[in-house]
Amino acid sequence: MELNELLEIAEKELSERKSLEIRCCTAAACLSSDSQAVKDNLEAVIKAENLQDTVQVTGVGCMRLCCQGPLVQVENWANPVESKLYEKVTPEKAAEIIRGLNGEVTNLQAGDLNQPFFSRQLPIVLENSGKIDPERIQAYIGAKGYQALYQVLREMKPTEVVETITKSGLRGRGGAGYPTGLKWGTVAKSHTEKKFVICNADEGDPGAFMDRSVLESDPHRVLEGMAIAAYAIGANQGYIYVRAEYPLAIKRLEIAIRQAQHLGFLGSQIFDSPFDFKVEIRIGAGAYVCGEETALMASIEGKRGVPHPRPPYPAESGLWGYPTLINNVETFANIAPIIRKGAEWFASIGINKSKGTKVFALAGKIRNTGLIEVPMGTSLQEIVEDMGGGVPDGGIAKAVQTGGPSGGCIPASAFATPVDYESLTALGSMMGSGGMIVMDQTTNMVDVARFFMEFCMDESCGKCIPCRVGTVQLYGLLTKIGKGEGSLADLDLLEELSDMVKNTSLCGLGQSAPNPVFSTLRYFRDEYLQLVIDH
Amino acid sequence: MRTAVSSPAGDKRLKILDATIKRHQYQQDALIEILHRASELFGYLEADLLLYISHSLKLPPSQVYGVATFYHLFSLAPKGVHNCVVCTGTACYVKNSQAILTQVEKLTQIHAGETTIDGQISLMTARCLGACGVAPAVVLDGMVLGNQTPESVCEKVGAWWHNGTK
Repeated sequence: MELNELLEIAEKELSERKSLEIRCCTAAACLSSDSQAVKDNLEAVIKAENLQDTVQVTGVGCMRLCCQGPLVQVENWANPVESKLYEKVTPEKAAEIIRGLNGEVTNLQAGDLNQPFFSRQLPIVLENSGKIDPERIQAYIGAKGYQALYQVLREMKPTEVVETITKSGLRGRGGAGYPTGLKWGTVAKSHTEKKFVICNADEGDPGAFMDRSVLESDPHRVLEGMAIAAYAIGANQGYIYVRAEYPLAIKRLEIAIRQAQHLGFLGSQIFDSPFDFKVEIRIGAGAYVCGEETALMASIEGKRGVPHPRPPYPAESGLWGYPTLINNVETFANIAPIIRKGAEWFASIGINKSKGTKVFALAGKIRNTGLIEVPMGTSLQEIVEDMGGGVPDGGIAKAVQTGGPSGGCIPASAFATPVDYESLTALGSMMGSGGMIVMDQTTNMVDVARFFMEFCMDESCGKCIPCRVGTVQLYGLLTKIGKGEGSLADLDLLEELSDMVKNTSLCGLGQSAPNPVFSTLRYFRDEYLQLVIDH
Repeated sequence: MRTAVSSPAGDKRLKILDATIKRHQYQQDALIEILHRASELFGYLEADLLLYISHSLKLPPSQVYGVATFYHLFSLAPKGVHNCVVCTGTACYVKNSQAILTQVEKLTQIHAGETTIDGQISLMTARCLGACGVAPAVVLDGMVLGNQTPESVCEKVGAWWHNGTK
């Protein structure tokens, strides 16, 4: 395919658009509140009223404000200012929405598209999310899709691609924040007959659902990013490792791969270049540790998902012993825009050593739950109070938990901190994959630490002793303290043991398992002391 | 009654499984894919079935058993007719999913991970469904339901109970 053919598809897609578009969220959260029936009813009413020529219904990906779902947005292409958002739409309200198109007054719950939750966002990864039909490749091409891949294959050398990514300052979005360009460069340098690209979509952190939304809303974006990465490092085979808990994401990825193969964006001689690239989906089977890269690769090989010591790093010896590039979903989703708009553009967003944006999943005791994408460096205060709308029912936010079971709790007193990799680490938490769970005064912090330790205890693969035995002992101590049966000596033991588990475990799971204990001890020590001293 | 490999030759499900194994060209690294398929077909992984797979792929039974028991999703015991999965992820935890679990446990008189004696209801917990925006979430027979309360879940699970064979 040539560039003009690609542009033709894009043009056709835009010219065939009806003047009014009703977008229905069909991502997992809205589907769970019956959004499919909303969409079906809307289509039926349009047919009955004979409005097919002017109005179209599109099933789109996540519209972000999950708590108000099912969400329906009416886009008026003749007059974009008149866009409307309807919240908590039930299938019965379909006819009313259609009546509202003519300006009739309705009783529908209208959402404010100018509220800070939406207006403070800067969508790069999510730019197509909630706007295009994720099950149609034409819709993605209409949104400038696959142009970056064309540009890379036809106009750039692999080394130039790596250089662009390095210059952009993009860092791994899976949590650790390793510079992406550096990782690509390392794999590109090794000369072996085979190399692999893996997309880590094993989003296991409880409270994180960014990757699920990206895969459900814009799967082609991830495939394009993977193909560009494969070209840059010289790989011909890619794997996407997805959790089995995300059936919709798997289904949409399968559709996307089939469509991309059909149009020649995956397969042999892509865009008439000598570059071949195939992608396969591998489905996880419910093991948190498989989010760790060496465990994930063991799982792709059909083995127990048990991690290996590093080095050797996957970049030298990964899948079946070959050099392997492994990046997170969100990292890959950032690639196409960087190529299209340039490294300088990307590097101009964000602060210090953290460039670009980050997608966060807001959940817990907060009014607006859902997805937000903000520039790096946005303060927690802004995220929780302004965008999230604070704690409902007059409560006060006490802490935000970031980074899942490997992260920590950040107290309200530190909410002025800008969100970037270094600042969060300094606070004893971490960026993690991007889950943010807000806790209020009713949340017992000792119990939170116990909750996460129970998680790590269950999910420990059992290979190394500090993690296998340490987490059980820590869980026992936390339960004892939580029941008010602990002594000051138990607190000391808790700290000592946490330190040991952190420093001697084999992989990230064990090394970070004590983090919730450390951070709750650091900021909420009085809650521990109360339980101990009152006894 | 769902039994696994009682008469291997005549079981249609085994033929489907064979086709899957063939499609993967008897590759040993496809073990997890094949276990997924076997779980779908048979509902759970019986010891005989694991042996059958280990012979087909020329893998030691210990390795097949090891993989099947390592991953939470594979069950080695039969599941109930109806499944109730309570999400216990962090967002659901903060929104008190524990109360839902406790109430359902009380109603069904089984613990999470168990199946009622009459084989009607299996109760499980999930780590995170990624439906945190609508926490607390439960999955009833494959349908994700958000913003649940102990009462709303118990009502639906109770309905299975009454409509069932019991």
